Amino acid sequence: MIQNLKQSLIVSVWFVFLTFPLMVVRVNTMDQVVIWRWMNMVWVAIGSFILSYLWRYMLARQQVRKKVADEGVEIRSRTQLLLEDMSFRYKAMGIILLAALVFPLVFDTYQSTIMISALIYVVLGLGLNISVGLAGLLDLGYVAFFGVGAYSYALLNHHFDLGFWITLPIGGILGCLFGIVLGFPILRLRGDYLAIVTLGFGMIFKVVMENWDGLSFGPSGIANIDKPSFFGMDLSLANSTIYIYYIMIALVIFTILVTNRLKNSRIGRAWIAMREDEIACVAMGIDIARTKLSAYALGAFWAGMVGVLFASKTTFINPASFTFMESAIILSIVVLGGMGSILGVIIGAFFLILLPEYMRAFSEYRMLAFGAAMVLMMIFRPQGIISNLRQTYEYKGSKDKINNG
Amino acid sequence: MEYFLELFFGGLTRGSIYALIALGYTMVYGIIQLINFAHGEIYMIGAFVALIVAGVCTIYGLSGVSILILAGIIAVIYACAYGYTLEKVAYRPLRGAPRLSPLISAIGMSIFLQNYVLLAQTSDFLPFPRLIPDFLFMEPVAHIIGSPELVILITTFITMILLTLLIKKTKVGKAMRATQQDMNMARLVGVNVDRIISLTFVIGSALAAIGGVLVASYIGQVNFYIGFLAGVKAFTAAVLGGIGSIPGAVLGGLILGWAESFAAGYISSDYEDVFTFGLLVLILILRPAGLLGKSHKQKV
Repeated sequence: MIQNLKQSLIVSVWFVFLTFPLMVVRVNTMDQVVIWRWMNMVWVAIGSFILSYLWRYMLARQQVRKKVADEGVEIRSRTQLLLEDMSFRYKAMGIILLAALVFPLVFDTYQSTIMISALIYVVLGLGLNISVGLAGLLDLGYVAFFGVGAYSYALLNHHFDLGFWITLPIGGILGCLFGIVLGFPILRLRGDYLAIVTLGFGMIFKVVMENWDGLSFGPSGIANIDKPSFFGMDLSLANSTIYIYYIMIALVIFTILVTNRLKNSRIGRAWIAMREDEIACVAMGIDIARTKLSAYALGAFWAGMVGVLFASKTTFINPASFTFMESAIILSIVVLGGMGSILGVIIGAFFLILLPEYMRAFSEYRMLAFGAAMVLMMIFRPQGIISNLRQTYEYKGSKDKINNG
Repeated sequence: MEYFLELFFGGLTRGSIYALIALGYTMVYGIIQLINFAHGEIYMIGAFVALIVAGVCTIYGLSGVSILILAGIIAVIYACAYGYTLEKVAYRPLRGAPRLSPLISAIGMSIFLQNYVLLAQTSDFLPFPRLIPDFLFMEPVAHIIGSPELVILITTFITMILLTLLIKKTKVGKAMRATQQDMNMARLVGVNVDRIISLTFVIGSALAAIGGVLVASYIGQVNFYIGFLAGVKAFTAAVLGGIGSIPGAVLGGLILGWAESFAAGYISSDYEDVFTFGLLVLILILRPAGLLGKSHKQKV
């Protein structure tokens, strides 16, 4: 007890020292005055004191759980058991689908717009989930593929008057091609090098788009992009939002279906094998180059497609929409939701996009909370909110045979 | 010719700063095989603390070189403290976890620290006082190499010699090298591995802070975002020279500095960052182990 108290006090004093110059002092060089914000110091002291207790408690719990896991007992939590129940699954899916379909009819345009952006992130998260969650290839430049899709629609629309529906697959395929082109040079790289190179690709994309005025119209971006047309009719703003909303719902369902099938397919199992152990995977006769490239290409495909939709929704794009921060948000969706888990990623996207949207006071602290959440998640719950269920196979024959071996 | 020399020294200055930051990456990577993404943020925090100290000192009436030294020392102390805490909070609990976990934790920490400074201070660019005086004897060559550049070059040179001595000659340095070669074996022969890892973070952070203070007083402004790009570029430098290798980090930093300086001077400054990352991709394709790095055969 005393021990704990002492430890927390030390932590508290340490953090007060640590945050002192940045949190307390503020220099106004214009008026030549120093502003001392002593209240912040008190908050840091109290906050770190309480957090250090929590931190120790959580670490202790983590240790216990690890010990149990080491003993080989697999515990399935209640949510996992519920998720495995097929009849519950169908009912839940039906209710969610119904709710999604009536949503724009019940709520106003503003709510639908927010919902559309959340759905965009759902698709982006599911796309990134293929390369990060399933194949274990950390991609920090994912937003570039999103940008490729958005720019391909904006440019094709601007120069050739191509419509939304034609460009949607084109955007996806272009994203795919970019994934393959960028994938080739990095086939030989391992996890962390890969991360930094993909980060570089993301930055190159933004720099090129900012400076190549002839192609992308530079930082001023492209405006007046057509909204999707509905059999050639011009829709009012409210109606076209609803229309985009439904397109987005369809796209999300399509994505979920395909990624779900992919996950349990031959190539999906190859991705998971590669994530777990690359060398063992090669030994099993899996073509690593093809597996990696397909993970990149299929991940990028969704980003390209949803990029087209993003451009048509906002009707204006510029390079500022495709910064590293976007990549980081998408990555944190995947990480927080649960790498590899489709349901987790969907919940993660709604959580991370809708929460700051509805809690305006909180939105300033959004990125701070994202960063902290990524660290805490990795330490205390690396499997994410909804952990990925492993496909298990049961031996159906009699047990004696195995024992007699 | 003069233009060439100007670019040459500009690149040298820039490169030596990259090298200072790259050393932190390379040392940490050598020991725990982790890209410390938040390293650039330590550099930024170093610069920010120096700015705040310098601001307070100016208002309370100190002047000139004394501010520079005081600000530098406090910045280094704080950067060390941040580096130490960073390792303890974000990386130590993850030792032994799958490789992706500490990496994501590092990215999270980087985002966290950026936004922490953004919220605690400001998102604007703050002017950094010109603390390095113009030396009189530099006047004849001032159009090629200025006094701040000279100070940066001398400081980095001294720092690197001290670092080399620390690693090659002292007992602690020996322990660090042992830990780098084989962590478990080092533990067996009585090296306190945890402490060595902490120390590595502290030394790396100190180097980053020195770089931060020098750059901030050279460029003249500071912002919460400067650490990100500097960090990525320094990492590129570390990879270029072969990550894990200390002379490699210096060489990589200098090459990167020159490449950027000449590319910006002779080709186009808009695409400066593209050259950096282009170089990174090229090196990784042609020589994944870097220029001075040893390629490890993975044994199963």
